[in-house]
This record gives sequence, C-alpha cells and structure tokens, in this order.
Amino acid sequence: MRILKELKERSLIYVGIPGSSITDGNKVSREIYVSRAQTLIDASVARESELAWFAAMSARRLLLLGGIGLILTGMIFGDIFAVFTLHQNAAQVGANLAAAANAALAGNRHVVLANFQNVGAFLENRGTKVDTHVHMIDFGYLALLLAILQPWVSFAEGLKKKLAWVFLAGAWLLPIGVYLIHYVGLAHSPVKAIGWASIAADFGGLLVLVATFACLIGLWMHFRGERAKPTDKLLGDRSTEGRILFAGGLALVLVGFFHGAYYAAADLYKHEAQEYSLLAQMTAGAAAGARAVINTALASYGQLQGAKAVNIAAHAHSIEFGLLAIMLAFFQPYVRLRESWKRRWAGVLLFGSLLLPVCVLMEMKYGLVAGGLADFAGLLIIFALLAMWIGILRYTGELDASIANTPDSGDSQ
Amino acid sequence: MSGSRRLLIIGGIALAVWGMSYGLWYAVFSEHQALDSIGSSLAGSFAAAADRNPAVMESSLEQYREAKYVYDRQVDVHGHWIGLAMLLIVLGIGFDRVNFPVRFRQFLALGLLVGAVAFPLGVLLQTISHGPLPRAIAITGSAFVIAGLLGAAIGVMARGSSPANAD
Repeated sequence: MRILKELKERSLIYVGIPGSSITDGNKVSREIYVSRAQTLIDASVARESELAWFAAMSARRLLLLGGIGLILTGMIFGDIFAVFTLHQNAAQVGANLAAAANAALAGNRHVVLANFQNVGAFLENRGTKVDTHVHMIDFGYLALLLAILQPWVSFAEGLKKKLAWVFLAGAWLLPIGVYLIHYVGLAHSPVKAIGWASIAADFGGLLVLVATFACLIGLWMHFRGERAKPTDKLLGDRSTEGRILFAGGLALVLVGFFHGAYYAAADLYKHEAQEYSLLAQMTAGAAAGARAVINTALASYGQLQGAKAVNIAAHAHSIEFGLLAIMLAFFQPYVRLRESWKRRWAGVLLFGSLLLPVCVLMEMKYGLVAGGLADFAGLLIIFALLAMWIGILRYTGELDASIANTPDSGDSQ
Repeated sequence: MSGSRRLLIIGGIALAVWGMSYGLWYAVFSEHQALDSIGSSLAGSFAAAADRNPAVMESSLEQYREAKYVYDRQVDVHGHWIGLAMLLIVLGIGFDRVNFPVRFRQFLALGLLVGAVAFPLGVLLQTISHGPLPRAIAITGSAFVIAGLLGAAIGVMARGSSPANAD
C-alpha cells in the first residue's frame, strides 16, 4: 500500500501545482494533468495488485511455476515413455498373449497362466507409467487454474501459501507413488492388496483433494461475502498472443470433443464387441486345435488395440492441449519476452498441439513416420512451454529486483 | 462477477472435487479388485481352453467382458468429470470474452454445467443398466457440452464489446 500512497501523493502534486498556478481559463492543461494523474493512479493500482498477487513465494507464483513445472515434467516423461517404452511394452504384451494362446493350443495350462502373469506385469508397468504422465499433467493444469483464481480465494496470504504447498506436495507425491507401484509391489506392506507406493499415491491424492476443497471454500466465502472485485491484470489482458492462444485453444477443445463423440458413436461399441469376439476366437481355436484361427485372431487383436489406443490418445491430447493453450492465454502478461517472440511461441504451441493428435491418428496407417512426427510435435509443445516458463521466471526476477531496489522495500509487501 | 462466470467457476471446482473424491474412492476400494477380476477371468478362459473345457472357457470370457466393460467406464467417468470440471473453470475465467447478452451467456453456462455433470453420469449408469436410458443421458450430456462449447467459440469470435473484466 505504501507505493500506492506515494503515487497518489505524487499525482496530487502534479494536479495541485498546475491547478493553482494556471489561470481558470486554461482548463485543458489542467485536464491533461488530471488525466496523467489518473493514469499514474491506475498504473499504481495495477502494480499494487501485481505485487500483492505475484510476490515472491506467494500462492499464485508457487502454483504457476509449480504447475508449469509439473506439466513440463509430465510431458517430457510422456515423450520418453512413448519413444523408449510404449511400443516395446505393447510388443511384449502381444508376444505373451500369443504364447498363452499357443500354450492353450498345446493343452499346457501352467504355461498359459505363466504367460498371463507376464501380460499382467507388462500391463501394470504400462498403466502406471501412463497414469504418472496423465496425473502429473492434470495436476499441473489444476495448479494453473488455482493460480488464476487466487485473488478470489478469501483467505489470508499465509494460509493460501500453505495450501499451495500442500497442493504441490500432493501433486508430486501421487505420480511418483504411482510410478513406483510397479517396482515396489507389496514389499513390507501392511495391507494385503495395496503396497506402500499405492498408499503414498493415495495420500498424495488426498492432499490435492484437501487443498482444492479448501480453495473452493475460500471462493465460496468470497462470493457469499460480496467483497470488492479484486484488481487483476491477468484477466483484463487482450494482447494478440493471448487472443491467439484463447481462440486456438477453444478450437482444439472443440475438435477433440467432436472426435471423441464421433468415436463413441461410431466405433466404441463396435471395438468392444470385436475385442470379445477375437478373444473368443482365440480360446475356441485353441480348444479346437486350430492354429490358423488363433494366429488370425491374434493379428486382428493387435490391430484393434492399436486403433483403440490412437483414437483415445488423439481425443485426449487435443482437448488437453486446448485447455493448456487457454490457460496460458491468461498468463501472457507475466511472460517477459519480446512481443514478436511471444506470438511465435504461441503459434508453435498451437501448431504442435494440432500436429500431435493428427499424427497419432495416422500412426495406424503410416506407422513409425507418423509416430516420429507426433514425438516431434510433442517436443515443439515442450519447447514453447519452456520458453513461456523462462519468460515468467524473467518477469519474477524483474519484479523482485524492482522491490529490492525500492527504498523501504520491506513495507511494500 | 457475473452469474454465468460464478456458475462455471463454482460448479467447475465442485465437479473437480467430486470427480477426485470419486477417483480416490475408486482407487482405494474398487480398482485393484476390478483389475484382479479382469486378469483372472481372461487367464481362466485360456486355461479352460487348455483343459478343453468350453463351459468354463465361455463363462470366464463372459466374466472378463463384464468386468472390462465396467472398469473402462468407471475410469472414463473419473477422467471426464475432472477434465470437464477444468474446462468449466477455464471457460468461467475467460467467459467475459464471449460477446453475447448476459442472459444468453447464463444459458450457455447452465448448459455446459448440466452437460458436464450428465455426460459422465450417463456413462456411470451404463455400469448398472445396459438399457437405452443411461446411453441417452450420456449422449444428451455430451450434446449439451458440444453445443455450449460451440456457442462459446462463436461468442469469442463475434464482434462486440468485450471490455476487460466486464463482469
């Protein structure tokens, strides 16, 4: 409040001196001074709100930087997983399923069960890694959302900061716990069905839940109390890059929804029926000793799993990248980069966000070429996000330095 | 803050909390059992094929189909509730960019919220009943969401006054 007071005093001087020294006939000059004074006051109010909402280690800064950090880590993890694990894992699942079917054909029950144990292990390995990737990114999104909403959460800054830490602790604990499930298993677990890694993951989920619920209470208190509207320059921003990201993000979400609805209406039930039918063909073929039937069913089963996976992945990625673009649109005033570069990175993010789901969809037809392009698109998104993150870090540095250089800076926060 | 933004933001956070609570409950009490059931029934079906026992083979496969059907939908419900909740909150924050009259924006916001609740609910109800009603609820819910999104997109592109923090 000290800065605001200071600027108000300065603006009064500007208004007061000319007003007293200029004759009554010279009203235009006085109006210019008054207008300048108002501009100064508006700028000071905006700066006060910046300092209030985005101070060092404030809840908004923690959630924003922590949220983008989570998204970046989740995406890099997803890219590494896609390149080095996903396809190899799918091949192992297919090989073990084929081995189980052939063992059934040979009438060897023990080998069947052993192969299905392997399938279970490979699926668990894959599932926990997908969950790690998805939860990390989704918690990052939630952190960004909560960062935007902080001015409306009617708690003291100290409590908001604690809630932000609780949220971030849970948001990291859950995916790490989920990742470790495959490796820790049930070792030394006090519970029969759930291991320590699962317990840690569930506890992380609980922390996120508690922090989010507390924010909901804070918001409810704000709306119930009819408090004054907080000044926040983020929501008033109408910059070009902000509008590009908002409109582009909304378009991506819409495309993703249309694709999901089309898939659900046209293919989902058909795929479910096909899956059952192919498994029935495999078992019946094994029981009847028909190897050719088994092999045909196994090949079709692999194709079917691929088709399901690419459709779901394209739908989910299009919507998630659309959401990310919309959220990043709000934070553009915090990105301290040249305007031209801000627009370029916004374009790169949207281009990558469109290219990735399209290439994922084409993987069934064009194989590794499309897969490689999808990975490249993922990298484009990661680079754009990283650039924006660095821009925000530069902004925080400038803001902190300006506070440190202000005399009596201790009062300003 | 206008009614439409308030509806989307509060409704979205409430839906996110609900979706996460559902996910937590599901992970602790149901998911492991569901995965065990899926794995054991599929393995049992192939083992029965090795034993040349068609009756057990078919019943195990049927059990697998039912368990997989329920599991896929329960995971989808969790993901869609939270995903839609985030979409509602994001749209709520930027809803002043939608250049439509206040009443129409409220109508859009209400449609989006109803759709976001109903669409996953319809999917969840499919695990209880295989009849046409749950599917109709899911389709209606998703139609509400798509129509609401389309309306918001048109509103963003429409020419009109969109003052900062209009409401």
